[in-house]
Amino acid sequence: MPSVDLAEVSVRDLNAMLHSLPPDTNETIWTIENPEGKHALAVGLDAAITVEIAGHVGYYCGGMNKRAHLIVRGNAGVGIAENMMSGTVRVEGDVSQAAGATGRGGLLIIEGNASARCGISMKGIDIVVRGSIGPMSAFMAQAGNLVVLGEAGENLGDSIYEARLFVRGSVKSLGADCIEKPLGKQDRAILEGVLTRAGLSDAARPGEFRLFGSARRLYHFHVDNVGEY
Amino acid sequence: MCGIVGLFLKNSKLELELGALLAVMLGLLSDRGPDSAGFAVYGDAQPKRIKLTLRIAGGLRDAEALFTDMESALAFPVEFVIRDSHVVLSIPVSVEAAVRVWLAKNRPEIHIVGAGRRMELFKEVGWPKEVADRFGLSDMSGTHAIGHTRMATESSVTTDGAHPFSTGSDQCLVHNGSLSNHNDVRRKLRHEGLTFETDNDSEVAAGYLTWRMREGASLRKALEASLDDLDGFYTFVVGTETGFAVLRDPIACKPAVMAETDDFVAFGSEYRALAGLPGIQRARVFEPEPATVYAWERH
Repeated sequence: MPSVDLAEVSVRDLNAMLHSLPPDTNETIWTIENPEGKHALAVGLDAAITVEIAGHVGYYCGGMNKRAHLIVRGNAGVGIAENMMSGTVRVEGDVSQAAGATGRGGLLIIEGNASARCGISMKGIDIVVRGSIGPMSAFMAQAGNLVVLGEAGENLGDSIYEARLFVRGSVKSLGADCIEKPLGKQDRAILEGVLTRAGLSDAARPGEFRLFGSARRLYHFHVDNVGEY
Repeated sequence: MCGIVGLFLKNSKLELELGALLAVMLGLLSDRGPDSAGFAVYGDAQPKRIKLTLRIAGGLRDAEALFTDMESALAFPVEFVIRDSHVVLSIPVSVEAAVRVWLAKNRPEIHIVGAGRRMELFKEVGWPKEVADRFGLSDMSGTHAIGHTRMATESSVTTDGAHPFSTGSDQCLVHNGSLSNHNDVRRKLRHEGLTFETDNDSEVAAGYLTWRMREGASLRKALEASLDDLDGFYTFVVGTETGFAVLRDPIACKPAVMAETDDFVAFGSEYRALAGLPGIQRARVFEPEPATVYAWERH
C-alpha cells in the first residue's frame, strides 16, 4: 500500500509513478498525504487502482480519469474530474466550479456542495451531488446524468443538448431551452441505478426528484430568427 | 490571471506574524501573476500622525538630505523608514497638505502610493516572492493585509499598473479580472473631483469605492452599489483602516476561496495560498458567492 507525501515528492513525480503502473499491478491502494491544494493531482490515471488523497486539492484533480477510483478527503478546486472517461471520483467536501466538466463516463460523487457550472458540457458522465449546485450548471450538457439531492442555482441546463438533470430540491431558474419533463419509468430506473452506484440509495428515493432536460428547440436554425443575425 | 491574497486578523494573537504569513501566501501565488506584485499592510497608528508611502523610481540615495530639507522647509519632525524603492514617511496630520505640495514642487519624481493612519503600501515589477523579500514583508506586523500578484491584461506592466490601488486615506483595493466600463466610470468620478494616476481599470474600482464612502456609504454599501455601476469581471478584496471586504462579479468569473477561524479570515485566489495558515485544518473553508458582499470590521 504505497503512500506518497507531497511535502517531499513533487506532483510531477507522483503522477509519473501512477502513470507507470502496469495494468496488472499489485499496488492497488495508494494514499497521498499533504496535498495542500496542489493542482493536477492524480490526473490521467489509467489503471484499476484506488487513490486516497488526505486533504484539500487544487485545480483539475483526477482529470481524464480512466478506471481508477479516487477519493478526496477534503474540498476540491476548479475542474475536479474534468473530462473523466471511466472509474469513480468521490469528494468528501465541497467542490469549486466546473466539476466534472466535459466528462465522458464514470461517476463523480460530491458529498458536499458544488459551485457554479457543475457538469458543464458533460458528455456521458454521471455526477451525484449530495448538497446543492451553483448557477449555470449543466450548461450545454450533451449526455449523462446529473443528480442533485439539494438545490440548483440559476440557469440550470442552459443550452442543453441532452442529458438528464435530476434535482430533489428547488431550482432557482432554468436556462434557455431547458424544461421540466415527466419522470418516466425508464428515467426512474436510471436514477435509481446512479443513486445505488453512488451508495446513496438510502439517502434519497427516485420519486423525490424532478427531471429536467432539453426542449430541443435550439437544435436547428429557425427561419423566423434570420433577422437576429 | 492574477492572484489575490488577504488576511484579516480578528484578534491580536497573530499580529506579529501578519507579514510573514502574507509573504508565504503571496509567494505561493507567484505563478498566477509573475509580472509584478504589491501589498498593503495595516500596522500601528501614531496619535495625530499620518503615514505616506512614497515610491521613488530607482530607490532613494539621498533620503537623509531629502527629509532634512523637508523638515527645515516645513518646520516639523519627520520620521521615515526606507524599504527598497519605497519610503514610509510619518508626519503630523496637520502638515499633510504642505508635504504633498512640497514634494510635488521639489521632487516631482516621487509618487505617493498610499496614505493613511495605519496603511503602508508597496508595489513593484518583478517575481512576487522577490518583491516581498525586497520590501521585507516578513518583518511587518499589523491587523490586516492584502496582496496581489499581477498578470497584466488591461494596461502595461509598470509599477503604476501594479496593485493595490489606493485612492483614499487608509483605503486600498486589489482586483482580479477586467472592467469593461472603466473609462465611463472614470469620467464620471472626475466630475466628482477624484483624480486618477493611471489608465488602469482597477484604479477606477478603487476610486469608485472611495467616492461612495466619501458620500457616507459603509464599505459594504459601497461594494453593493458597485454591483450596479461596475461592469466586467472582478474579484475585489478591499481594505480600510478597520475593515476588510470581498466581492465577486455576478457570474463569479474569477476564482476565490476563503477560510475563517476564530482568529482570522483569509482570502486566496487558490486554496494552496491558505494551506499553511495556522489552524487551517479546522477552518471553515468556503467559496464566496457571486454578487455577494462579505465584510468584516475590527473594533
